[in-house]
Parts: sequence; C-alpha cells; structure tokens
Amino acid sequence: MSLTILLLLALGLGLAGWLAARARAWTFRRASSHGRIASLPNYHAWYVALWIVLPVLIFIGIWSAVAPGLITQSVLASPAADQLPAFGFQRQTILNEARAVATGASQAVFNPLAREFVEPYREALSRYNWIGIIVTLLVAFLGGAYAFLRLKPDFAARNRVEKIVMAILLGASLVAILTTLGIFVSLVFETVRFFGMVNPIDFLFGAHWGPDPMANAANPDASRYGAIPLFWGTLFIGAIIAMIVAIPLGLMSAIYLTQYADPRLRTWVKPALEILAGVPTVVYGYFAALTIAPAIRDFAISLGATSASSESALAAGLVMGVMIIPFVSSMADDSIAAVPQAMRDGSLAMGATKNETIRRVLVPAALPGIVAGVMLAVSRAIGETMIVVMAASTAANLSANPLESMTTVTVQIVAMLTGEGSFDHPATLSAFALGFVLFLVTLALNFIALRVVKRFREAYE
Amino acid sequence: MVTVVHENLENVDAKMSARDVSVFYGQKKAIDDVSIDIPTEYVTAFIGPSGCGKSTFLRSLNRMNDTIPSARVEGEITLDGENIYSPKLDVVQLRARVGMVFQKPNPFPKSIYENIAYGPKIHGLAEGKDELDAVVEKSLRRAGLWEEVKDRLQDSGTALSGGQQQRLCIARAIAVDPEVILMDEPCSALDPIATAKIEELIDDLNGRYAIVIVTHSMQQAARVSQRTAFFHLGKMVEYGRTSDIFTNPIEQRTQDYITGRYG
Repeated sequence: MSLTILLLLALGLGLAGWLAARARAWTFRRASSHGRIASLPNYHAWYVALWIVLPVLIFIGIWSAVAPGLITQSVLASPAADQLPAFGFQRQTILNEARAVATGASQAVFNPLAREFVEPYREALSRYNWIGIIVTLLVAFLGGAYAFLRLKPDFAARNRVEKIVMAILLGASLVAILTTLGIFVSLVFETVRFFGMVNPIDFLFGAHWGPDPMANAANPDASRYGAIPLFWGTLFIGAIIAMIVAIPLGLMSAIYLTQYADPRLRTWVKPALEILAGVPTVVYGYFAALTIAPAIRDFAISLGATSASSESALAAGLVMGVMIIPFVSSMADDSIAAVPQAMRDGSLAMGATKNETIRRVLVPAALPGIVAGVMLAVSRAIGETMIVVMAASTAANLSANPLESMTTVTVQIVAMLTGEGSFDHPATLSAFALGFVLFLVTLALNFIALRVVKRFREAYE
Repeated sequence: MVTVVHENLENVDAKMSARDVSVFYGQKKAIDDVSIDIPTEYVTAFIGPSGCGKSTFLRSLNRMNDTIPSARVEGEITLDGENIYSPKLDVVQLRARVGMVFQKPNPFPKSIYENIAYGPKIHGLAEGKDELDAVVEKSLRRAGLWEEVKDRLQDSGTALSGGQQQRLCIARAIAVDPEVILMDEPCSALDPIATAKIEELIDDLNGRYAIVIVTHSMQQAARVSQRTAFFHLGKMVEYGRTSDIFTNPIEQRTQDYITGRYG
C-alpha cells in the first residue's frame, strides 16, 4: 500500500520536474539570440526528471528493505512486549497476526496476546509511512534542485542523459549476470556443506544411489550417495536417446522446410512444429507414460525380452526427443535460411544437385546455428524432469539397457528436496550437490560447443 | 523492331545458339525474342543499361533461372546443337559444361583447395588424391592464382582479397573443364588493379573456352571482347564486332548508349 503511494509519488514528482525543466529550457531558447541552445529542451527535461526519479527509486528500494525492521523494533519497544514468549516461532506468529489486523489484511486476531500489539502496530505503520513520504519528497526535491540549478543555455544535457541511459542499460545487464553469480554462490555454499558430510569421491564415483532421509544425519552412509547412476541416467535419456531422435528429425525437417517446401506449406508447417515447444511437459509425460511406455513394453515382450518394465528409459527418451525437435529445427532452419543465396547459386552453377549443395555447402556454413540449437536442446533435455518422473520412474539404475527404468539428476533433486528429511540432512543437501554438478556440466557443454563451432566454422564473410 | 546484326561477321561455328528466346518472370517479359550465336573463338560481351535483361539472358544460358520459381523460358537454346531446355537433358551435366562466375565473388567458406576440388569431386572427375591435386594446381595456374596461394591451400577461401576471390571462383569454374564460361559483371565489386588482372585472365582463357561476359563498363567490353551485343528494354538491339559497335553503330539507341546519352 505505502509502496504504491511512494512509487506514484516518484512518478508524479518526476513529471513535475520534467515539465518545469522543459519550460525553463524553452526560456533559454527564446532568450538566446539565434534560437539555439546546446541541447534540446526535452533533454533538459529528461535530465531533471531522471535526477528526481532515480534517487527516489533507490531510496524506495532501501526503505522497503529497512522499514519493516524499524516498525517491528518500535512495536517491541511497547510495554506489552514483555509478555511475548521468547521462542522465535511463536513470537513471530503473534506479531504477524497483529500486523495483519493493523494493515487490514485480516479482521480479528486468533491469539488474545496479539490484540495488545494491534494498536502499537497501527501507530508505527502510520508513523513510518509518513516518514517514508517525507524523506521521498526531500530526496526528490534535493535531486531535482541539484539538477535544475545546473540548467544553463550551454549545459550539455543531451550528453548527460545519454550517459545516464547507458548506466541504466548497464545495470539491467548486470542484473542477469549477478543473478547467475548468486545462484552459483548459493549452490556452492550448500554443496560444501554436503561434501563436509559425504566424501566427494564417494559422491562422484559411487555406483549406488539410495539416500535414506530417515537415517542418522550425523553419520551418513557414504556408499548410498554414489551419483553415477544418476549421471548415467541423465546422459542416457537426455543426451543419447533424445538426441538420436531429435537431431536427425529436427535437421531434416529444417532442410525440408527451407529448401524444398512450398512457401505456402512452410507458413503452415513451421508454426505447427513450433507449437510442439509450447506443449507443457506434463502433457508429454502423460503421453510417454500412458501410450509410449506400454507400447514399448508390449513390443519388447513380443520380441522375447523378459525384463521389460512399464517404465523405461526408452519411453522417456523418445518422447523427450520429440519434445525438443522444435529447438533443433527452428535454430537450424534460421541459420540455413541465413546462408547467402550467393553460396547456393555458386554451388548450383558448378553443377551440384540440390542435395549436394545442402550437404556440402549449406549445412557446413550453417553449422554454428545448428550446433547452438542442438546445445539448447541438450540442456533442455538434461534439465527436463516431468517426463522422466512419469515415464522412467525414480529408481536409480546403472544399466545400458534402454528398456529398464532409470532416473535422472533433476528427478532426484526434486525427490530429495520434497522428501521428509530435515533441511540439514545430507539426503536433502545432496540435491544441491547434484544441482551444482548439473550446473558445471551444462557450463562445460556450452563451452566445448563454442570451441567446436569456432574450430569447424565455415564463415561466409 | 528486329535485331540489327552486322553483316561483316566471320563465319564460325556456334558453341551455343539462342533462337527466339523470351524469358518471363511471372507475367513480366524480361527478355523479348533474342537470337544470338556464341562462338568459342571470341569473347562475347553483353552491354546495356541496368534492367535491360542482359543478366537474365546470361542466366538462361545455363538454366540458373530455374532456381527462381516464377521464371519461364520460351524459345530454343542449344549447346552443340542440343536443346538445353529439353526434358531429356540433365541440368547438372549442363552446368558442368557451362560454368558461371558471379557479380560478387562467392567462394565457399571452405579452404582454397576444397573450393577448387568441389566441382571435380561432385562430378567424379578425379580419381584419388594425386589426380585431384593435379586438377587443383592446373586450375589455379590457369586462373593465374597458383603462385599467390600455393603455400596456403588450406587457408579459407574467404580470407583472400576480393580480386583473388574472384580469380578463385574462375579457377573453381575451370576445374570441371567446362566448354562455356558465363561471367555476370565479374569486376563490378573489384578495384581497378584486380579488374585489370581479371581482364588479363579473360584474354588468356579466350579461345580455350567460349566466354560470355556481362558488363556495365563499356571500356571493359571494348578491352576484352571481340563480339558485343547491346541490350535495351529486354531486346537485343544490335550485335556485331566490338570495334564496329563502338565506332560505327548502326542503331540510334546503340549510338546513344555508347556515347553516354543514357544508361
């Protein structure tokens, strides 16, 4: 509530500054002898507006992080605070209840003790609300005054605004990088905790996976934390079976669509293919579990296989392969279509057939895009959870037989995090170690792919 | 209006002949009733203002217009007396016999060696590595590029300079041992020195292959060709010895074009 008011206030003040600065810049312009000033009035206006809005936004950001703490502090200073239980959880519940009533989010309190705090909360909230508004106004005024006083006919407002805009853009790109870094750091932290309990060697090279969340957390059985079956399951389902399906089909459909298909057909088929990418993976999971997996089992039994189960790596891999066809085909399609017509003409004029031209000139030239598409598809397949849960089970199994049930890293991450174990139990923490390995592997795959592309790239210009 | 063909032309055998050829793009007629003989003995130049159809006509000589879905050719074009638009004829064979060099150098993004070896490989012209090496060297020598690239045959063809790239494309065309080489404004993207080298090369190749060159530059036509055809608005206006076309044109429009009245 108060946040909305502050934001609206910031925008309103910014607008006021904008209008005032523009009016001022116009007076410079009228006053100057030749009707020219260093920057257009609009740039002066934006300069002042940015100087008002940005400091205010920064203040609001800090304020919304600090204010709740300050409010609680002042509530705890009230005489009723002595009756509060010392234990953190109960104490927090009571305070939350009181605050909910004070802000109007709920009607009455459940805990009688909380009633004592409603009034202090109400007071503190309104007090800090006013403080927030006043400081906002002050910040806006200071920023605006500083900027406004600098306006002169020869003031280079345009260059300043460009610089501020650049800084904003830089900030936006930093957000993505910092987020990645933050994810990485948080993973590292929990992973280190896990490796403090289970030896990394046992984790990375052990061949048996079966963490027991109910076992004694202080003395985990390291032989149950061997992640090799998970790595193998992930690779086998996501990178081998799915790719055997997706790469040829995706590439061939891209070649057909760019080189052979009638343009009218293309306008229909290409979006239809891309719809595949939009189907929720749960739906693929149903399809894999209810249709493909039983069909594979029946087929295997009819061939005489004895160990065929109704949950198989093959079913999950096949359906996953179909799911990622659009990633491969769409990227390959774009990069093949981007090869200049001159390459095609050059090859055709040599007497090459269409097929030879595609194989020997177009695909090599489009290789970077094709590899990028495949990489995207692989990382998508490795990260896929739902299809595997539904079609390939959660039982870790180290086997090269695609008809057996298997599980993957992501499925186990979910299973461990949603299990009954407490948060500091090694079984739960193993999820972070798995995520960390997955992160590193995907990073390494991308890195290798980039190098490969650079090495074999046939660059046209 | 009919084409004016000079009467003082020597009687030589035609490698390719076109008879009453019209080319359409959809409904639009880009080439109207052109008839011409192309001999092996001379370099033939097509000149004319932009959009006059000279490139379109050139591309119909090795059926490169087939790659444009809306294009349609009427009339008869023969290579050694054989109709190249007959259904029996394999367009792959035709293009091996009638090579083409484009306006902008378009080497494949492969090594210099692979660029030249491309044609011989797809047509099975060389058996084994040694023979392929020999073909590559011969083609590069003939295109006057061997001395410049012999030590870096594995470098990318796209790393060469523009003029070298264009000579690479000519070498690539030569490698499949064609009978006719079509050149579509081969120097328009090159500087004067590279242009001079290409023109020299065309002189060297003259007589071994029937060469047809489309050019915007009348000086270039005068320098490299012995026969010139002037195209205007999809029609071939005048055809004769290059020297006659440039000094004694019969048609008023030819006169106007070569004196720079339009174009």
